[in-house]
Amino acid sequence: MLLLRYTAYRLFTMLLTLLVVSAMVFVIINLPPGDYLSNQIAELQASGQSAGVAKAEFLRKEYALDSPLWEQYMIWMGFMPGPHGFSGLIQGNFGWSFEFDRPVSEIVGESLWLTVVVNLAAVLFVYAVALPLGVLAAARSRTWVDYTSAFIGYLGLATPNFLLALILFYYGHRYFDIPIGGLMDPRFEGQPLTWDKMKSILVHLIVPTFVIGTSGASAMMQRLRANMLDELGKPYVETAIAKGMSPSRMLAKYPLRVAFNPFVADIGNLLPSMVSGSVLVSVVLGLQTIGPTLLTALKTQDQFLSGFVLMFVALLTLVGTMISDVLLVMLDPRIRYEGRET
Amino acid sequence: MTPLLSVKDLSIGFGGAEPVVQDVNFDVMPGQTLALVGESGSGKTITCRAVLRILPRTAQFRSGVITFSGEDGQLVLSQLTERQMRNVRGDSISMIFQEPMRSLSPLHKIGNQVSEVLWLHGGVSERQARRTVLEQFDRVGFPDPERAYDSYPFELSGGMRQRAMIAMAMVSKPELLIADEPTTALDVTTQAQVLGLIKDLQQETGMALILVTHDLGVVANMAEQVVVMHKGRVMESGPAHLILEEPAHPYTQQLFNAAPAIPDQQTVGLPMPAEDLILDMRQVSKTYTMRSGRGWKAEKLIYACRGVDFKLARGKTLAIVGESGSGKTTAARIALGAEPPDPGGEVLFWADPDAKPTTVHKMTKAERTAFQRQAQMVFQDPYSSLSPRMRIQDAMTEPLEIHGIGTPAEQRDQAAAMLQRVGLNADMLKRYPHAFSGGQRQRLSIARAMMLDPSLIVCDEPTSALDVSVQDQILTLLEDLQDGHNLSYLFISHDLAVVARIADEVAVMRQGLVVEQGPPDTLFYNPQHPYTKALIAAQPEPDINRPINLKLVALGAGSPDSWSEAFRFTDSMIPSLVELEPGHKVRCHV
Repeated sequence: MLLLRYTAYRLFTMLLTLLVVSAMVFVIINLPPGDYLSNQIAELQASGQSAGVAKAEFLRKEYALDSPLWEQYMIWMGFMPGPHGFSGLIQGNFGWSFEFDRPVSEIVGESLWLTVVVNLAAVLFVYAVALPLGVLAAARSRTWVDYTSAFIGYLGLATPNFLLALILFYYGHRYFDIPIGGLMDPRFEGQPLTWDKMKSILVHLIVPTFVIGTSGASAMMQRLRANMLDELGKPYVETAIAKGMSPSRMLAKYPLRVAFNPFVADIGNLLPSMVSGSVLVSVVLGLQTIGPTLLTALKTQDQFLSGFVLMFVALLTLVGTMISDVLLVMLDPRIRYEGRET
Repeated sequence: MTPLLSVKDLSIGFGGAEPVVQDVNFDVMPGQTLALVGESGSGKTITCRAVLRILPRTAQFRSGVITFSGEDGQLVLSQLTERQMRNVRGDSISMIFQEPMRSLSPLHKIGNQVSEVLWLHGGVSERQARRTVLEQFDRVGFPDPERAYDSYPFELSGGMRQRAMIAMAMVSKPELLIADEPTTALDVTTQAQVLGLIKDLQQETGMALILVTHDLGVVANMAEQVVVMHKGRVMESGPAHLILEEPAHPYTQQLFNAAPAIPDQQTVGLPMPAEDLILDMRQVSKTYTMRSGRGWKAEKLIYACRGVDFKLARGKTLAIVGESGSGKTTAARIALGAEPPDPGGEVLFWADPDAKPTTVHKMTKAERTAFQRQAQMVFQDPYSSLSPRMRIQDAMTEPLEIHGIGTPAEQRDQAAAMLQRVGLNADMLKRYPHAFSGGQRQRLSIARAMMLDPSLIVCDEPTSALDVSVQDQILTLLEDLQDGHNLSYLFISHDLAVVARIADEVAVMRQGLVVEQGPPDTLFYNPQHPYTKALIAAQPEPDINRPINLKLVALGAGSPDSWSEAFRFTDSMIPSLVELEPGHKVRCHV
């Protein structure tokens, strides 16, 4: 009951935050002088192609780029009727990409959920690797287990991602026949989801997951190890041993539960940092994620496309923090009962 | 009769250094209580942990044989495998630790943590375990066992958590209980109740008890056998009545002399003089609002101080006594101007006898600087109140630098002189705090407070983190300084025996209210308020013939609405302070 109320409350604040973010995103995108169309018009006029100018002028009207900024924002969001009535983000119309000359939804369509898939896989990888290694390193601190895992971890942190990607591709392809580049076999692109397509995606996912996840995993592992070591020195651990618990059972039940908090709280940070951090990797590996698209859109002042992508990243962040907050409330009674009379 | 536990020639060391426990021998008979007495660093904790083999990883078991002859026959604990040892821990021998606040996992329910012992050892079903645990909760004095079972540790008070720890240790009916300073972190009245509980349970189950403590008063109340330890060696051991009545070893005698006690008073004391005041707190109240965490719930008001009136004369000591949460520290913080009182209260300060009083909370910047030179503070924890990254010299001269007094050379000379004044050497100036013991650190913080030559010092439990013999030295130092510099102290403590020695007037606080106030002699001769009586009764005396009177403790230590009609108060109805004799005030209905 309490959890439900909390979730509802967090959903509400999330929507509010999203609203604020949307305004900021819009303003920041429009901060540089000019916009895509005015740049284009200037260019076309310079080269004397009046037909193009007419089209650009038409688009300007069509997307209300000639009205004041706040009106543009309201129209973009769908709070105010534009030239075609209410048709903004909340109505499901993501706008027009001038650069690609296609609707935004068409451009980002597949890469949107591929992004989610890649990053989810990376996050899962981070947790799957960091959890056992971190606990092991703490339980066997200052032994070869600890030192080895720390060494590997630092290697993972220190190697540039794209370099790791190239190395993995070379050797992966040579010895394990792992396909190079992309997120699926080219013949599946644009095809509906089938069993074969899924298999193809899974095989292609191996290298990107590893590349994007390594540094996150090693950082997370070190953090978990440090937290665990702190907890292992606490008196309640001694109490548990004095009860006659076996070390492994004790570790899992007591210190790990407490050390878990920062671990869970990191989900919120992990998602967005991976989306923005994986741009370079996506370019190198030729992944059809949203990162490279964002880069192009920002460079060419393609405002609807970049606005939408930024909003999407913000949404991912907010969803991540919300998941971690709700998980924390479930995991930690101290947070759950905060403010309750004792 | 074979002893239940026999420890022979135990030696334990760290690294290549001298052993911290050396050739320790003792026996515990079934059903008997043995007290391991010693100050910090005496090796008593390491010794008792060696029995259960829960030593720090770096500790080396150098020699010794520990034999346990319980129901499962004779077990040589020092030679069992780790797996066999697990069956002993928590089942035949269990342990209670010092800090109830931190010895329970914050994330698991009390019931779960206690039943776990039964799951581990009894192999019983969850439901059976629950029933047994609920019975145990009832026996250790939880008013509502069902509710306690489903509570988290942070929902319980310190005393209740220690009861939960005791329940956890007792639930498997051990033959031996090891209690490592089980009451040191508790208020005196709670301590008395917890000790009484352990004793009752012991009588019921017939288990033996090893009680580790530094407090001879606790020993006198609990033990049949005593082992006195110092620097890892046994100084003296034998039956409690012999050691307590005629301590043979000089170290034991020294412990006795240092232990503070509440004196037997035959007369009332002299009230504090009302003229030449240095500090006057008038109708000081402080209310905090606690946010409920959820926006739609009402805020909760916490009355930290309610209508406190204190007058402190120059060169005298006013002590505020009370349990944690009684408002004593808040009152001191307001006196120093660290926090404003609620509207209506004011604090006056006289820098010297002829000066005009300044109102502490309405000072100009210049007045405030002058006031800060006059009023200084000594803190409770000598380990965290000195910056570990500052040399002693820098820490000592910093106040002078802030107030721009003297050249660096003069400042250094003054720091050196002050170190000698507090009983340390001038050549220690270049050291860092970690090179000093707890007692020396407390001398350092007193020296630092004295650097500006103040006239008022607020001492916030300055000795409660120290051993008794060190406490004795620090109190002597404070008395010396008071005589030499005509200092006034506002002395905060939870320990009536300490206060008995140093104070000219004592105010006993409970829930933000002063319940009784008067010269210490008067309070001990003629205590009126049930809470004062409980505090006095709960003080363990190192005298085997004067056990704690638990009935008196129970009468006064409960919540204010359980007090007898004349003293009862609730949030809406608070009796006023009534002056019984000169300088002796009690909060009661007349």
